[in-house]
Amino acid sequence: MAWYSETTTAKKKSKKDLWVKCKECHSHIYKSEWEENLNVCPNCNYHGSITSHERINLLFDKNTFEELFNNISPKDSLKFNDLKGSYKDKYELAIKKTGISEAVVTGRGKINGFNAVVAVMDFRFLGGSLGSGTGEKILQAANYAYDNNLPYIVFSASGGARMQEGILSLMQMAKTCAGVARLNKKNIPYISVLINPTTGGVSASYAMVGDLNISEPGALIAFAGRRVIEQTIGEKLPDDFQTSEYLLEHGFIDSIVNRKDMKDYLSNVLSFYNR
Amino acid sequence: MTDKKKTKKPALSAWEIVSISRHPKRPILQNYLSLIVKNFVEFHGDRYYSDDKAMIGGFAEIGGQKVMLIGHNKGKKVNENLERNFGMAKPDGYRKALRLMKLAERFNVPIVTIIDTPGAFPGLEAEERGQAEAIAKNLTEMASIEVPIISVVIGEGGSGGALGIGVGDKILMLSNAIYSVISPEGCASILWRDAKYAPDAANALNLTASDLLRHGVIDEIISEPGEGAHTNYKAIAESAKKSVLKNLEILKKLSIEELIQSRFEKYSGMGKFSVNK
Repeated sequence: MAWYSETTTAKKKSKKDLWVKCKECHSHIYKSEWEENLNVCPNCNYHGSITSHERINLLFDKNTFEELFNNISPKDSLKFNDLKGSYKDKYELAIKKTGISEAVVTGRGKINGFNAVVAVMDFRFLGGSLGSGTGEKILQAANYAYDNNLPYIVFSASGGARMQEGILSLMQMAKTCAGVARLNKKNIPYISVLINPTTGGVSASYAMVGDLNISEPGALIAFAGRRVIEQTIGEKLPDDFQTSEYLLEHGFIDSIVNRKDMKDYLSNVLSFYNR
Repeated sequence: MTDKKKTKKPALSAWEIVSISRHPKRPILQNYLSLIVKNFVEFHGDRYYSDDKAMIGGFAEIGGQKVMLIGHNKGKKVNENLERNFGMAKPDGYRKALRLMKLAERFNVPIVTIIDTPGAFPGLEAEERGQAEAIAKNLTEMASIEVPIISVVIGEGGSGGALGIGVGDKILMLSNAIYSVISPEGCASILWRDAKYAPDAANALNLTASDLLRHGVIDEIISEPGEGAHTNYKAIAESAKKSVLKNLEILKKLSIEELIQSRFEKYSGMGKFSVNK
């Protein structure tokens, strides 16, 4: 699948382990410097990917994060096989490689002292695709926020719905949004942070209906893929099309926040919550 | 219909059903409008940008029952399809649909949505005006609309473009309609790396009415006559009408609280996953 081959190629390239090549400006950065800079290019501010647990560590005050609903994992209920083998083999490999059991990690903790429930998607896990287990965790975390009157923050990073679960994956869009709808009714803040990339069925569901939609610089945020659109309209699209900057300009994003500032930005917003 | 063996065991492959669902003569929303709908009062525009002709809606009467009817508007002739964009709505269409659902709520009239689209329109202006946001908003708002919603998949249920008006309390589906997360061609070109594997993908995706009933996604299958709905417009329209009215009666018995709660539970329960102890 094209949209999650990124991790494997990145691995091959880093064979020397000492250097990281920035995908945007192609400059070579010391790996230690790259990591110290939170996987952000010190040259061009390209925001590289980080794992869900790395993001959780950046976000929460020390020792305050409590993981919830980590007993949920995928199921191959359609017995889906394509040319490359079974869905079951794919997710079992993803579990082994990433050490997490679904494409999202959910839990609660304190952000500069402010309590929040979070769901952090992990692109390494089958391209962050939205399967039944993913949707279940995002809904359960929303329900937890609902029951405990806590703000809910979702970090999305996803290629879209998980095709290997067919129609069941599509229905996760309605399922997760039903959770958001209940938060809306109860006036519980829901903040969506759209990370590179957030596309397809994830952008067309919970990721786009935050009370606030926040993003990182240069993130790809799209409904339809670039190639599909180019085929439809028969012309090349502008370079910045479907970036967070483009969405900010068109009114769909509230703010673009650098990774290093995200924690303080979110806690500052949460400090206004007066309920 | 008379041959019981045939209705018991569908002999058609998923791919054959895909082609019936896209049959050029398959009845479209406009056919149902003239066959079973009276007093259609169409409303136009999303109040933001335009009037999307790929998505239409308005008050309507079906068998004496007053409803808000909203649906994808495919065409048959070339000029119809150009005007209606082959039933592929833009954000304007989804926003019009939501506006009309809110109107139905204001008037306390149940909503019937008719699904028949290859998908939401994938174009520059659609992205620019927020296709993802428009669909996402509908999914969220439909979860708490305080009137009954019945969705009927009459032809192609194309992914988010279908679901964008498809969060119903009851989802009904014609026996040769399809409903899928991605088109078989799209799935084949990604997972099989070649669109010619579309028949395999169609099979793997579980996109037929009987698949969806088995997985608990839809509530009822409306049987098509003969070789398919295109062989007898009147018969399929009557069956669809009967099924819609029957399900409306069931939903009308629920209080608003019961309705919203059962809708939440319906969608909460969708999907299959493993729970480790």
